[in-house]
Amino acid sequence: METLKAQKKDSKKEKAIRISGAEAIIHCLLAEGVDLIYGYPGGAIMPVYDELYKFQDKLTHILTRHEQGATHAAQGYARVTGKVGVAMATSGPGATNLVTGIADAQIDSTPMVCITGQVPRHLLGSDAFQETDIVGISTPVTKWNYQVTRAEEIPEIMAKAFYIARSGRPGPVLVDITKNAQFDELDFVYEKCTGVRSYNAVPKAEPSSIEKAAELINSAKKPFIVFGQGVILGEAETEFKAFVEKTGIPAAWTILGLSALDTEHPLNVGMVGMHGNYAPNMLTNECDLLIAIGMRFDDRVTGNLDSYAKQAKVIHFEIDPAEVNKNVKADVAVLGNAKETLEMVLPLVDKKEHTAWKGEFDKMYQKEYDTLIDKDIHPTKEGLTMGEVIEKINVASGQKAVIVSDVGQHQMIACRYAKFKQSKSNITSGGLGTMGFGLPAAIGAKMGAMDREVVAIIGDGGYQMTIQELGVIFQHNVPVKIVVLNNEHLGMVRQWQELFFERRYASTVMTNPDFVKIAEGYHIKSRRVSEREDLKEAVEEMMASKDPYFLEVKVEKEDNVFPMIPSGASVSDIRLK
Amino acid sequence: MNIMEKQWYTISVYSENHVGLLNRISGIFLKRHINIESLNVSKSEIKGVSKFTIVVYTTEEWTRKIVGQIEKQIEVIKAFYHTDDETIYQESALFKIASHLLFDERQIQNIIKESNAQIVTVSRDFFALAKTGRKHEIDEMHAALEPYGIMQFVRSGRIAVSKATMPISEMLQEL
Repeated sequence: METLKAQKKDSKKEKAIRISGAEAIIHCLLAEGVDLIYGYPGGAIMPVYDELYKFQDKLTHILTRHEQGATHAAQGYARVTGKVGVAMATSGPGATNLVTGIADAQIDSTPMVCITGQVPRHLLGSDAFQETDIVGISTPVTKWNYQVTRAEEIPEIMAKAFYIARSGRPGPVLVDITKNAQFDELDFVYEKCTGVRSYNAVPKAEPSSIEKAAELINSAKKPFIVFGQGVILGEAETEFKAFVEKTGIPAAWTILGLSALDTEHPLNVGMVGMHGNYAPNMLTNECDLLIAIGMRFDDRVTGNLDSYAKQAKVIHFEIDPAEVNKNVKADVAVLGNAKETLEMVLPLVDKKEHTAWKGEFDKMYQKEYDTLIDKDIHPTKEGLTMGEVIEKINVASGQKAVIVSDVGQHQMIACRYAKFKQSKSNITSGGLGTMGFGLPAAIGAKMGAMDREVVAIIGDGGYQMTIQELGVIFQHNVPVKIVVLNNEHLGMVRQWQELFFERRYASTVMTNPDFVKIAEGYHIKSRRVSEREDLKEAVEEMMASKDPYFLEVKVEKEDNVFPMIPSGASVSDIRLK
Repeated sequence: MNIMEKQWYTISVYSENHVGLLNRISGIFLKRHINIESLNVSKSEIKGVSKFTIVVYTTEEWTRKIVGQIEKQIEVIKAFYHTDDETIYQESALFKIASHLLFDERQIQNIIKESNAQIVTVSRDFFALAKTGRKHEIDEMHAALEPYGIMQFVRSGRIAVSKATMPISEMLQEL
């Protein structure tokens, strides 16, 4: 054994090349299949940027206009491709500016590796210029993080970083690298990481839990599926669809599960949660079996837990053991990757149709359609609605576009009304609710899917949080389509103020600049629409454009998003108006 | 025991020896406003594997969730939780007391004998007592000595072994 190890070490040494830590970082990225990263240079990361300059034919670096933009772009890229997104920044403020994006990626399970420069090892702890304890700061919001202080550590740590970011339930990893470790040389050999002994990425599926789940599914009279991003992250779309079709069970999506199943699939009954559809929320409290697949019972999905699906048995298909029984007690927990567990359960479930039960969903959908959907997407009243803009985009894009949304009313409307035929097509900040996510995420999404149309739907509030990323769109001619739904308010907060704070509109009214002029300043084709008669043609013009395009739609200022489950209320207390 | 009833739990965490892990683990408690009553980090029965012994006073529900979050950390191999009945546990304490009291106050010698404490060192000015036992035993000894004056006092975190097996070696072999 010892000699074997020694031999292995020797052969490793033979293959080794003597390079700097900074160059090693580039080789690690290339070995992990990375060809695109987002970032912002600065003092403590300069050796790596110097190497990026030398490797620019193999590795493209996009200079975002703010480090937060780099993380969101990396997230957009990761969400649309399923690959690990990479963001890079310098120490101190560069590193702290990454934190929002890292937290967003953590709560939305997005695979991302962030590389930060750090002051040289001998200055650590001395309050040196641009020194900040980014490992300490990012600990609660990373899946894993590590500070490299010696060049020799780089290959192993980078390999581990990528493995941890992408395996199991994905998440963000931060590697902080001191400047001396970038300058110093090492004998570089790269071996991909295939496992970490203390980390069990995917729990083994228990055949007994699969059998128990199948029994419950087969005997249920009113079963109901809620599916989340686990289906997408596990690349289980085919298995999931087969499961839904064989069992005939109505299925509803969480905001991050959207696009895992064709939105027009006959068994797709819409969205659960605070602004989800009426039927799936109401019937959560009438089903006799709730089958949760790759979702984590977020409070925006469940409302008040004391009155959430109390009558139902619960099956939870989940990759992360810590999510089981965290918010909702599962009668049967099926641990494992959804692709694998759904494949295992499929032969055990009976082929069925739940016609009468599905009919209840249809009836309630009709009620919701008549009460508000029709008015949202085919309005006749004065003032443009957000819903009709989404509807026009559905038509003009043939339901094939990637829709990236920001956070707020427009996000809820986009998630309610956007139609999808393909998975990994709805990119939004779900768990963290990060305003400013949309524009940079759309850049990343477009660069990850150049063959697809990417439409960013953004509110006038969130747009101004990361508006500087227009610079990236201009400089690199990234042909994203940007739609700002401008209601001159922070719409969602204003809605809550109207409903729950007696219309005291504290700091939610916005006096906005001329967004078209700003886009023009970046030489981006742009147009403003404020009349219904111009909307269809404007959307068509935007979708037909080969170049980036900015469309501002002046929408009704004080529209509300309904249905709505008031905060802390039960899902069956959902209000249609 | 009702799952919502508070009681003492000993959480045992087997982990890799990683510099940032203590921060990660304490953050899990911090985020949920659960106080760590005592914390001890040492090596374990397995070479290269560290063991955290954490004592909390909370519900089983919360303990279970916290253990789930701890196990999720990359460097954590496995975490367990036990009630007091399920563990053998001890704490240690040191008392520093002025030497003259040993002669002036006869009762002190009785306290030392009755509490099974050890005299660790005696010098001209002070002597040091070491006491190992349950928390209440140490508390009782503290209460008995307090009227005579204690120059310094310190108590360690709880250390514990479970009555049931914690099959870590087998798990590590599988991984």
